[in-house]
Amino acid sequence: MTSESRSSKQQLADEFRSFIDPQFVISDEETLKPYECDGLAMYREMPMLVVLPETVEQVQRVMRICHEKGVPVVARGAGTGLCAGAMPHKEGVVLSLAKFNRILDIDPVARTARLQPGVRNLAISEEAAQYGLYYGPDPSSQIACTIGGNVAENSGGVHCLKYGLTVHNLLKVEVITVEGERVTVGSDGLDACGMDLLALLTGSEGLLGVVTEVTVKLLPTPEVARVIMAGFDSIEKAGDAVGAVISHGIIPGGLEMMDGHAIIAADDFCQAGYPRDAKALLLCEVDGTEEEVDEHIAEAEAVFRKLSATSIRTSTSEEERALLWKGRKSAFPAVGRISPDYYCMDGTIPRRHLARVLLEMEKMSDEFGLRVANVFHAGDGNLHPLILFDANVPGEFEKAEAFGSRILELCVEVGGCITGEHGVGVEKIRQMAVQFDDRELAQFHSVKVAFDPKGILNPGKGVPTLKFCQEYRSIEHKQHKHEQAGAEHG
Amino acid sequence: MADQIQSLQEQVLKARAERQTLNIVGGGTKSFMGRTPDNDAATLSLAEHTGVVEYHPVELVLTVRAGTTLSEIEAVLAEEGQCLHFEPPRLGENGEGATIGGTLACNLSGPARPWSGSVRDQVLGLRLLNGQGEHLRFGGQVMKNVAGYDVSRLQAGAMGTLGVMTEISLKVMPKPATTATLVQEMPLDSAIDYMNRRAGEPKPLTGACWFDGKVYLRLAGARSAVEATAEQWEGEVFEGGDALWQQIRDLQHEFFAGDDPFWRFSVKSSAIMPSLDGPWLVDWAGAQRWYRGQATLRDLEPLALEAGGQVSLFRGGDRTGEVMLSQPEALKAIQRRIKQSFDPDGLFNPGRLYSWL
Repeated sequence: MTSESRSSKQQLADEFRSFIDPQFVISDEETLKPYECDGLAMYREMPMLVVLPETVEQVQRVMRICHEKGVPVVARGAGTGLCAGAMPHKEGVVLSLAKFNRILDIDPVARTARLQPGVRNLAISEEAAQYGLYYGPDPSSQIACTIGGNVAENSGGVHCLKYGLTVHNLLKVEVITVEGERVTVGSDGLDACGMDLLALLTGSEGLLGVVTEVTVKLLPTPEVARVIMAGFDSIEKAGDAVGAVISHGIIPGGLEMMDGHAIIAADDFCQAGYPRDAKALLLCEVDGTEEEVDEHIAEAEAVFRKLSATSIRTSTSEEERALLWKGRKSAFPAVGRISPDYYCMDGTIPRRHLARVLLEMEKMSDEFGLRVANVFHAGDGNLHPLILFDANVPGEFEKAEAFGSRILELCVEVGGCITGEHGVGVEKIRQMAVQFDDRELAQFHSVKVAFDPKGILNPGKGVPTLKFCQEYRSIEHKQHKHEQAGAEHG
Repeated sequence: MADQIQSLQEQVLKARAERQTLNIVGGGTKSFMGRTPDNDAATLSLAEHTGVVEYHPVELVLTVRAGTTLSEIEAVLAEEGQCLHFEPPRLGENGEGATIGGTLACNLSGPARPWSGSVRDQVLGLRLLNGQGEHLRFGGQVMKNVAGYDVSRLQAGAMGTLGVMTEISLKVMPKPATTATLVQEMPLDSAIDYMNRRAGEPKPLTGACWFDGKVYLRLAGARSAVEATAEQWEGEVFEGGDALWQQIRDLQHEFFAGDDPFWRFSVKSSAIMPSLDGPWLVDWAGAQRWYRGQATLRDLEPLALEAGGQVSLFRGGDRTGEVMLSQPEALKAIQRRIKQSFDPDGLFNPGRLYSWL
């Protein structure tokens, strides 16, 4: 660090300390350290400063100062994100919303909750439970992740097919603009006038504004939920079974698939009683009224039987339901146990291409010499391949990254996308150039400029610069040609 | 079925070269909405840009050209036992003219909206001609896609001011197996509370409206669940239920007849009724309230804000002034710059949404 930047850092810290409790303006290396990464720990950067304001007015002042000085600002919730979207900027300020952790109001009649952005996702449902209500989106990090971060990433979970993503469950947000203005977007009504800025802000990864309050919709807790576990001897059959259930007019509350590797890892981890010889496992949960669930469970069981499921087990109690889900919910730590490290991908594909995509992934797995286990939000086409690697082996993470990159390109090739719910952040910024062409990326940049003309909000994330894309595409192109030539010669 | 993209692109480029503003028109069934269109604008018609591009019933995904009519889409979906579950109003003569593009541009959804989501909620992706005549693709044909800004849903309610939507991918859903409607007499204030409380129960409710002293609840879904709930809840089974919901959906209900101005309040569902005498039709379990009568936006705005929402002049009245809720300066500035980013020469539907856009 040059002496000039050191003094500007000191100056900025002093300025923040004039209106924020000095202990919440962090400038020493040791206390800054925990902020160097989010849930994707392979990507790290030390910030210049971290601030933890306690009032919206303080957030506004931080924004005004940073805007005036052109200092980058990275907003941060719980730091559970999986795309390095909250990775700090080395010359920037991390704006932590951790102090904004209050549930401001729950309206049981209108079925809404008004929240500060640092409220944990699960805490909403816990608080709403006394009224027979809950909050729909349930990302797997829901114990820790915050609603502000959910808005920034448009988080999903296992119930998206029926209950939607974050964007479908929001009514309004209060946002601090880059200039420090406080504005409300949306309303307590369902539809607001004019262009849908609420949708535009949702999933914008902290690039357009800083969320300081969120109003969400709450749903009545279903009377009952039951899950069918069905094993199949091939991925194709399991894929067909998913389609058949939906064609039957049943929209399951959750519909998850695991491949053979994930089944064994999960069953070893928590003895869920999964069929260990199955090549694919479906968990199909139906929720609703007692009558509806009985009717749909019987129909879905019949569908699975007809499509030659090798085993079928349906939960008859809450305990059994929890056990059957336990394997799926602990799939990530389970895989963590059979490998020193794993890298979780997040592509989405049209479901009809599932078998092809998994087959090609197997081939890539051989090619890269890395194992891959698959868990899949089968209802909505969102794949989570877990690439197993060992970070202590030099070059292995880079290999995992290259493998992941190929998987995402394959997702785009079959008509899907590079990220279903984790976001682009730093991690997938290169693959943006695969999903979008230069004119589309230029349009994204000009939307960004409409909110943040100086580009200080979360710079270097979400949307790649065009120059960067051209370089990436030409490297890819050369590599691809090289591989093709290699294949021809082989 | 016809792909007119080349012609549409040429028309945009020509308009840009000649600095000619454009009125984007699909079926022309929503010309009564928004502010009075720019008289000097030429028409850019999407009426011929029609047809299903892709439909995968098993994926619940439909991709259509923007000029395709709702009736054509529904006919295609019905063959597979599916539907547009957000129940967009089929405006136009015999319910024939309204297009999916216009429906999204105006963000119009029907009685099931609180439970099934709006048209905006079902949008998965779209293609759009921007003001430079570039044909761009945003979103996709999958349920989950968080790559890039959500430009697709941004179009909902923008009334064509940001570009020409040419192709739209939507989530579609199975048709409910059974429906039943319950009716009972109730004063409006009690009905607001009643509808909200019923909506808080985990039952297959998909419609809740009040009109002329009666509250109507619609149940839809698995037969056993609909029948059991109809038994448990008070109210008579109303045989004309399906027809009633259709009339409300398509704005064909007697309440919508006549030339009086129509105001749409989109408010907190449980809010007490604004003190405003006159006929009301309350839908969406209280979240959408139609008011018929002479008034000014300036007078109604405070009432809507007090009820936690917004108001717009939906049909009739003075459409030379603003017809949508006024925006704070900071949001105006952002929206002007967004407009600039999509349509730098201000070609598309100038002044249709706001006088300043």
